[in-house]
Amino acid sequence: MKGEGMRVRGLDDLIKLREKGLKRLYPDKIKMTVEMATCGISAGAHHVYEAIKDRIRERKLDITLAKSGCIGFCQREPLVDVWIPGKPRIIYQEMTPEKGVELIDLIAKGDLQKEWGLCRTEEEVIFFEDEPRRYTIESGLEGREDISLYQDVEFYKKQFKIALRNCGYIDPESIDEYTARGGYFTLHKVLHEMKSDEIINEVKRSGLRGRGGAGFLTGRKWESCQKARGDRKYVVCNADEGDPGAYMDRSVLEGDPHSVLEGMIIGAYAIGAHEGYIYVRNEYPLAVKNIGVAIKQAEEKGLLGKDILGSGFDFTVTINKGGGAFVAGESTALMASIEGYVAEPRAKHIHTVESGLWDRPTNLNNVETWANVPVIIEKGADWFSKIGTEGSKGTKIFSLVGKINNTGLIEVPMGMTLREIVYEIGGGIPDGKRFKAVQTGGPSGGCIPEALLDLPVDFDALTEAGSMMGSGGMIVMDESTCMVDVAKYFTDFLKDESCGKCTSCRDGTLRMYEILDRITKGEGKEGDIELLEEIGWATTEASLCALGGTAANPVLSTIRYFRDEYEAHIRDKRCPAGVCPALITYTIDPEACIACGKCKKECPTKAITGKKKVPHEIDQAKCIKCGTCKEVCPVDAVKVK
Amino acid sequence: MMSEKELVRFQIDGLEVEAEKGQMLLPVALEYGFEIPHLCYHEAVSPYGACRLCLVEVTKRGRTRMTTSCNYPVDAGIEVATATENVLRARRMMLELILARAPHSERILAMARSVGVEGTRFPIIEEAEDCILCGLCERVCREVVGANAITFVNRGDKREVTPPFWDPIACIACGACVYICPTDCIKMEERGDERTIVRWKRTLKMQPCKSCGKPFAPLFQLNWIIDQVQLPKDFFELCPVCRKQKK
Repeated sequence: MKGEGMRVRGLDDLIKLREKGLKRLYPDKIKMTVEMATCGISAGAHHVYEAIKDRIRERKLDITLAKSGCIGFCQREPLVDVWIPGKPRIIYQEMTPEKGVELIDLIAKGDLQKEWGLCRTEEEVIFFEDEPRRYTIESGLEGREDISLYQDVEFYKKQFKIALRNCGYIDPESIDEYTARGGYFTLHKVLHEMKSDEIINEVKRSGLRGRGGAGFLTGRKWESCQKARGDRKYVVCNADEGDPGAYMDRSVLEGDPHSVLEGMIIGAYAIGAHEGYIYVRNEYPLAVKNIGVAIKQAEEKGLLGKDILGSGFDFTVTINKGGGAFVAGESTALMASIEGYVAEPRAKHIHTVESGLWDRPTNLNNVETWANVPVIIEKGADWFSKIGTEGSKGTKIFSLVGKINNTGLIEVPMGMTLREIVYEIGGGIPDGKRFKAVQTGGPSGGCIPEALLDLPVDFDALTEAGSMMGSGGMIVMDESTCMVDVAKYFTDFLKDESCGKCTSCRDGTLRMYEILDRITKGEGKEGDIELLEEIGWATTEASLCALGGTAANPVLSTIRYFRDEYEAHIRDKRCPAGVCPALITYTIDPEACIACGKCKKECPTKAITGKKKVPHEIDQAKCIKCGTCKEVCPVDAVKVK
Repeated sequence: MMSEKELVRFQIDGLEVEAEKGQMLLPVALEYGFEIPHLCYHEAVSPYGACRLCLVEVTKRGRTRMTTSCNYPVDAGIEVATATENVLRARRMMLELILARAPHSERILAMARSVGVEGTRFPIIEEAEDCILCGLCERVCREVVGANAITFVNRGDKREVTPPFWDPIACIACGACVYICPTDCIKMEERGDERTIVRWKRTLKMQPCKSCGKPFAPLFQLNWIIDQVQLPKDFFELCPVCRKQKK
């Protein structure tokens, strides 16, 4: 088993662990690493892994095969990383089992495969070392210069990875490799050289704000919890990431679970807690597994448990698996759930730092926040606070999804504009379509229109625009998206996921959904927009927790920026984006139709008539507006109005 | 351990008031005669903050925000406004939403009228059968009676109050839920020697009085009480009337 062996009692042992890790990270023979986070697996990485494994065995090659987390470029998965001693590292993209076998055969021959290369790396930035760790490159690049450098790839160029520092670089199941990139050395420093106040002061001065959504100053939260009266205190890691299309925390837990643990141990020591909980959703099986493995290794090494690193400090961590309620991500609901009750938020007039889990002082931070902590302590508050904007320091991870060329997980300095993210990192909108909006902040975030694309990502700027930072979901929409339909989709999600306690949230989201549903069906009437605004206002103002407090954002922000689209649905019974089935008609342009018969064959209701060489027609009475004809038409003759 | 009771002074609608620190705002305001509509609050059970009617605006350290008063612990120097334009606006919307769940409840209709809401623009939720999900029945059953016979199930708009697993096996038909329900949507019926709590579909046989012969309480309930407080087995042989006469 990996990570087995003796207890780490002090710095010498930690250095020995690091030596082992370095040998695993940079072996003196060929090593291939398949990125096996959930995104990779869903793209088929496990088939690639198996194919490579079989080929290595078949040919009895002396090649190490390893697994790692995700390096962010999910669009190009499966990714395979090839390490050959004395050469730059190359990441190959869009791999298949066949390509995997071919790649091995080429490598075995000493040949280079260039076409599939995403990028090459010649050095790694390691925050715990003063200089980037450069690879020894012995005999020139030998053609590898044709594969772009990592830092020249448009997708990576403007990124700056702190929380994602190890994702894709290490085997998440190896504590040795984590220490080889500096892991747990900060913890050693903290436990032996720093006092509680010093740590809290450093976090406070760094300006780090909670990455889970609320954006509260982390250092101040720690300080309140440290000062709170109580002999038993807790730290909690919120990994109940439930936003559709968002997977920042999942990726960190899958790719670098020890960074979260190290952050938690540092926090617990500063606050004076000896017990910690990780509340992770059970729909994240790999994240649950990897954090479980990490806890077990840390316990075996004595990095969790009694007398950590010989400092006398005791700390244990327990995993709590969530049962699938979105609202359980709200801090008080999460604590109720750990206690065994239904995940229902309570009023926070008495803060959880004073009375949280089992009515004891509890400090809760989310995965990304915890993962930032070791770097802040190592590099210092001054270094960290130079990154970002006045009010939002450091970096933020976003999952960039939707109608965008480069789907993936990105980490950028706060203050970067949405335009840079969408058009530079994201590579713009596919199929030459026009950008329409980007939804930030998860289901209860808001939709930001093109006119505001130069908005910087910053807690306060996003809130001002009627959206929010949230935990970091970013869904890009193009001109073929109907904004009323989008508002309906998210409101539907929220009405299902409201805990149902407050009248304002439970019935407010329900009523907004009903009205939106009517509007998209062509049954909207004058006054609907105003009624939506009225309900939205009351839902925001009168609800107890942040779910209700932000539940109207999708409706209010789309009305604010796309009111004309609502009006077109209500007054003209028209869906400008051509999405809402009740408001559109499909017709075939006789000039363009080549009478190939494809649409006729595929139409599920036999609504299309036409013979060879005669343009086809759609019988509107039979048409169910499924859009199949438009999809299959080879000459784009099917029009939507 | 005796804890010192700290009295704090603060303002409600400009009036200087005094209360114990940490006491909930709504009962204090009601005691001082302020009229704040409320449905999910009852002095017998812990505050919950579900109906959102008792909204007020509280200014603390220069920051004003809307909050429910039933679960807001009072503190020195706060300024409370019970009927600002925003408060009334939000309250009207809450009543309109509530009305669509309980259109037959006279109490809700009267309360709505009192804030100027004559009807609701929303489709009536008939399946709610006048239940507004205030949770008073659930709290009284759990906190006061201790029977834990009913609970909330599901979330969002699918939420409802029901016996756990839709089986009223723990209900002792005491009627506390019937008494506390603000919309009278939980009914109790007695026919012959049977008592039924209609909403929970719980019917129990009643114990006849050893003296007058009249059935007076469900046998299941009496045995449950005897069990809970360890009373002698024959403790409930007489009905309350005959017991008084015997004394």
